[in-house]
Amino acid sequence: MVPLSWFLILAAAIFSVGLFGVLARRNAIAILMGIELMLNAVNLNLLAFWRYLWSDSLTGVVFIMIVLAVAAAEVAVGLALIISIYRRRSTVVVEEIDLLKW
Amino acid sequence: MSDPFTAIGQFITDLLISIGIDAVITNILLTVIAAVLLGSVVGLVAIITIWAERKLLARVQDRLGPNRVGPYGLLQSFADIFKLITKEFLIPKGADRYVFIMAPLVVVGGVIGLWAVMPLAPGLAGADINVGLLYIIAIGAIGTLGIIMAGLSSNNKYAMLGAFRTVAQMLSYTVPLLLALLIPVMLAGSMGMTKIVEAQSGTWFILLAPLAALIFFISSLAELGRTPFDLLEAESEIVAGFHIEYSGMGFGMFMMGEFVHAFTISALFAVIFLGGWQGPGIESFPPLGFLYFLLKIVLVYFVIIWIRGTFPRIRIDQMNSFNWKFITPLALTVLIVTALVDKLAVENGFNRTAVLLASNAIIVLVTAFLVRAHAASLRRRMEVTDRAPIQQPEAAGD
Amino acid sequence: MTGPQIIFLAVGAVTLIAAIMVVTVPRLVHAGLWLILALAGIAVLFILLDNGFLAVIQVAIYIDAIAILIIIGVMLTRTAMSDTARQINRMWLGAAFACLVIMAGLLAIVSQAPTATAGLLVEDQVSMEALGRVLVDVDGFILPFEVASVLLVAALVGAILVAMTPARGD
Repeated sequence: MVPLSWFLILAAAIFSVGLFGVLARRNAIAILMGIELMLNAVNLNLLAFWRYLWSDSLTGVVFIMIVLAVAAAEVAVGLALIISIYRRRSTVVVEEIDLLKW
Repeated sequence: MSDPFTAIGQFITDLLISIGIDAVITNILLTVIAAVLLGSVVGLVAIITIWAERKLLARVQDRLGPNRVGPYGLLQSFADIFKLITKEFLIPKGADRYVFIMAPLVVVGGVIGLWAVMPLAPGLAGADINVGLLYIIAIGAIGTLGIIMAGLSSNNKYAMLGAFRTVAQMLSYTVPLLLALLIPVMLAGSMGMTKIVEAQSGTWFILLAPLAALIFFISSLAELGRTPFDLLEAESEIVAGFHIEYSGMGFGMFMMGEFVHAFTISALFAVIFLGGWQGPGIESFPPLGFLYFLLKIVLVYFVIIWIRGTFPRIRIDQMNSFNWKFITPLALTVLIVTALVDKLAVENGFNRTAVLLASNAIIVLVTAFLVRAHAASLRRRMEVTDRAPIQQPEAAGD
Repeated sequence: MTGPQIIFLAVGAVTLIAAIMVVTVPRLVHAGLWLILALAGIAVLFILLDNGFLAVIQVAIYIDAIAILIIIGVMLTRTAMSDTARQINRMWLGAAFACLVIMAGLLAIVSQAPTATAGLLVEDQVSMEALGRVLVDVDGFILPFEVASVLLVAALVGAILVAMTPARGD
């Protein structure tokens, strides 16, 4: 069987890659993609722990479903905000969206 | 000879083990062979369905259809395939090369992958998972992804526009599709396809939930991009939509994907609402179920072709308002009413079929009344202001 | 090396490479497609963890809805310069260093995790009926379930309001 630590290491790696995407990219949608990677790494982590340690209760599965729902809601609102910003400022580069007015 | 499929599988397994191959690898090999066989046969079914569609459509339009190549035009599909294979697969300059090539494969793969969970006969299904219906929804929407890939990589603004409209239509009609699919899940008590078929051994679900069947059928037609929802590939509207830039076998794959998708939707309708492989004499001779299944698929596919030959096209704003203002609230209402009625009435001892049919009939009557009232108020407004209201698409015909 | 281990290594490698490509390719549409590959890899890993239900939900929600939404968002906010302009900002070395530090910290924590190999599952697949019951049970998870529904409705209404073209005049 696959040891638990392998799943945790993979989840940690994907989380760090996603974090790099959030910190280092200039386009707002690319940052959103990095956030999605981080959320997926968290889901993988949760599921691995659920499977190996608590597979007789459904708490882990429900937890993951709620995280999934929250991620979906966050992407919807985030994209709506990005499109609205694009309409006003004609840019989605986050370095240029740095003033609260005009 | 009561189960020829298991007998054949056992024979091949024994043959391979006697040659000296390890048992585990034999298992894997057999699975791979079965999967390849299922995928290929499903893909090749398009040959027959294309011929049937062209012939039937021609008869509806008072002409003959293909009748030159082979008796009754049966070899016409082969002629088309040869033509498409020998044409050059052009990749436009400035198109995204790898995405362009992969798009038709994703579309066709998303359709053939649906057959992995289809119950073909009692005890004969690819993968009997207990979330089969959810798998169908998930994999079915991968075709949408292929369409976006095709439209975006073509370096052509009409392709992009066509891709957007197609994806918008497919995504919006997924909502009533999902809601309508929840009702057979409720009636059968499980999402697994085999369990849904087994739950129809008494009455078929089309008798228990006719409105859900109708909503599923209409939403599937919209997902397929078939008449009356086929403005996405209507030549007079948007010049072939997202597959403008495809030629040769790339275009062939899109066409094949579309026909196989129609065949798959007929199969899904047969499994979920018409009882799949259920029929007289199933217990004594299980492979007969495969025959019943095929008959039901042919029946539903015939209805789809019939609709194609009869209905005109609807506009995109009509399609949108039909979806969000009519079909989705209707699907929600049917879902709530069926849930309530199924639990309350059955526990109080009423006949399940009669009660569910009565509730469906009541919903139909109320909907018809509301639609007529809405149409009458629109007409009154038109007469009062003495000119047509600004683009008020009616929610549904009356 | 048992079968599941080989599958895990292969799928894990594909997922990690796809994740790295997501954050490095300059063209955003390609980044979106690599993201879909990464999400599909994670769905396969869910299947390895004996949870087919969540794998199918992952495909249905992430790939079929969120990823397509992201790609459409990329298309709607494209300007003529966006694919040729600089995609990684000037602080990327610091960001990479911070990520490496965080990954080292996470690995240190992971090495202290209980080394557990998978025990036998109580039943073959997650029972849908049990999951449904626990979601609406008063002693179960009905409160998070309802709060998540309210959140989704709020997100739906909010996204429509924010992205609406302003002042249509009717």
